[in-house]
Amino acid sequence: MRPALAAVAAALLVTSAAAACGSDSGSTDTSVTLKLTANAISGGKNSETADWTKQWVIPQFEAEQKAKGRTVHVLFEPSGVDDEQYKTKIALDLKSRTGADVIDLDGIWVGEFAQAGYIKPLNEVAGPEVDSWEGWSQIPQAVQGLGIFDGKKYGLPQGTDGRVLYFNKDLFAKAGLPADWQPASWQDIITAGQALKKSGVPVPIQINAGTAMGEATTMQGALPLLVGAGQEIYANGKWAGASQAVKDMLAFYHQIYSTGLGDPRLQQEAQGRDKSFADFASGKIGILAEGDYFWRAVIEPKAGVAPMPDRDAKVGFALIPAEQPGKGIRGQDFVSMSGGAVRVLNPYSKNAKLAWELLAFMHSAKATESQLAGQIRITSRQDVNDKVLGSDPMLKFIADKVLPITAFRPPLAVYPQVSTALQEATAEVVSGKTADQAAADYQSKLESLVGGAGNVTG
Amino acid sequence: MAQAEAPHVVAPQIGETHDAAGLGRARATAFVLPALVLIGVFLVFPALWTIYLGLTDYRLTGLAAANPQVVGLDNYTTALGDDRFHTSVWLTVEYVAGSAVIGQAILGFFLAWTLRGHRLKALIEGLVLLAWILPGSVVAFLWLALLDRDEGTLNAILHTPGFAWLLDYPMASIIVFNVWRGTAFSMMLYGAALESVPPSHLETARLAGASTFQQLRDVVLPRIRGHVLTNLLLISLWTFNDFTTFQLTKGGPEGRSEILPIYIYNVALSGGRLGFGAAISFLLIVINVVFALAYLRLLRRRST
Repeated sequence: MRPALAAVAAALLVTSAAAACGSDSGSTDTSVTLKLTANAISGGKNSETADWTKQWVIPQFEAEQKAKGRTVHVLFEPSGVDDEQYKTKIALDLKSRTGADVIDLDGIWVGEFAQAGYIKPLNEVAGPEVDSWEGWSQIPQAVQGLGIFDGKKYGLPQGTDGRVLYFNKDLFAKAGLPADWQPASWQDIITAGQALKKSGVPVPIQINAGTAMGEATTMQGALPLLVGAGQEIYANGKWAGASQAVKDMLAFYHQIYSTGLGDPRLQQEAQGRDKSFADFASGKIGILAEGDYFWRAVIEPKAGVAPMPDRDAKVGFALIPAEQPGKGIRGQDFVSMSGGAVRVLNPYSKNAKLAWELLAFMHSAKATESQLAGQIRITSRQDVNDKVLGSDPMLKFIADKVLPITAFRPPLAVYPQVSTALQEATAEVVSGKTADQAAADYQSKLESLVGGAGNVTG
Repeated sequence: MAQAEAPHVVAPQIGETHDAAGLGRARATAFVLPALVLIGVFLVFPALWTIYLGLTDYRLTGLAAANPQVVGLDNYTTALGDDRFHTSVWLTVEYVAGSAVIGQAILGFFLAWTLRGHRLKALIEGLVLLAWILPGSVVAFLWLALLDRDEGTLNAILHTPGFAWLLDYPMASIIVFNVWRGTAFSMMLYGAALESVPPSHLETARLAGASTFQQLRDVVLPRIRGHVLTNLLLISLWTFNDFTTFQLTKGGPEGRSEILPIYIYNVALSGGRLGFGAAISFLLIVINVVFALAYLRLLRRRST
């Protein structure tokens, strides 16, 4: 027994000594290390954000702290994976009370992370200076909502987006459709699709459907159509079940995908969304519903994933119409959906006050403007938007015309599952089921997800 | 399973020889202890933890992540009554039977048998082995390029533009994929096994007028029965837990190629239902154990 005990003791000594060394080296001087993480990596996913963080945020913030007489090191922990995987990683980090001090999250995850106790309201983590931050007055209420759960502010929004209908002006000209097309109803979309089909366009309309596209189906397809039919997915504490609006939404899908106006296969393929990007860029798709991400990161002439060199001349954009004029939510003629990312503080941070300083610094007007040097987008700050958006007609369109009429997803933990149920309903319709059948299947799934028929409106 | 087997085989020897190594009980225990601790910490504890999680409504995020409730056997009754689970089990059976038992084992044996002493043996074995040693993500990408609907190689060769193999025949596609990928192992194992068949026996059989089928049945098979069973055990367990096809179809379209490991991933990680996923994982373990026991039984019958 003795040799074994000695061996175990030796092993313990070695590991504890190693651990001691590890923690010692971090705190030999009075300097502080902060960590920052995002689903961004140079040369890969969200490369611009990663570059901006490393080349601008870190040196500037460290210099600013040095001027205050503090030595601060900021480390960026990059990541370049699917959003779901990133979410899992962050959830596990926070669950084990580790992870970066400042964390990038999709706004839609705030609710479930807060409910799980993974994140805390900003002023609980960092103190009252959060409430007196100068930036709050610059962020519109709707955009602040991205970081709010149960009336408390959990994160600072980075910006927002909106959904529109993109169309290929060349194909439209060939089909005898106007270059300044703006449909006023769903029927107008169908009519344009039929004209495109007649003129030989292989895929006249692409409205994302099915489970393979994941949240892109819900955000670019099901939800904009649903608000266009006059109902939000979650309102007054209840979820939209097999209501008339849901049936109308599914019937519109059915109309597109059963009459050859859309390509059902594209919705089923594992890489369907990437293919839809490539097809639009190569002139095979007439009308495509997407967010402004499509404009600034997909068909962007230089850095896009499926670049279109003549994007500005060739691609038109229109508001998504309600089913009929005035039938949208709040009696609107046109509708959209918005989301956006936020940054939160790690409640287990050892330097919460300093982490807040870093977070606030990253959301200052100066920082926001510097980020836009690489890529124009709609930021959360009104003062910055006013300055920069004039240079891009599409993003100005989103800011001026789309954001006032947009709607947001409910920031609740069960939402991702409801979203999946919606995707499955659209998948059923695309593969040939009727709208009524798919709506009934959806209703029964929804009831089991949200705790019974009492939480569902018919 | 090997651990459960060990005591039966080893016990009588200890009884006879008492202390062959001269260590004494205490020192022997001390030698085994670190291994037992490792197994306990990294194998037994997680397995028990999985069983416990399977009894809760534990989720990755949300209220149930902060405060999971024990829900008893709810997850199991939900799973056993769920069409998606039934479909998934059935697809897994198809996948294992089609790609491992029929595909890899038979094709592997056929290759090993026909390549005996063939002058192209090294070349063909090398090619088959290549499919096995390439990283899964690389192989998946190659197959996506092969089966792609618009620009796929296969459609170009067959002149069937626009034919969606992965959408119309998802199960057949992933079965063929896995046969292609995994045949090398069976081929190598059978190749080695066939070496143990004495050529004189085959010669005698041939002289006695036995057909190829009769030679295989009466001379070769009795010799390599153990190898066949070991091979089937290994490849069917691997195939049961195989996740590579996720990169081809993600279980789609509409769950038509959602074999159990992919089902668990989709439910537990994409859907965040960790408790439910743990319950299904436990069911998967049970199925694996049943498989393994059946094979081991057959093997033992051979050896006694």
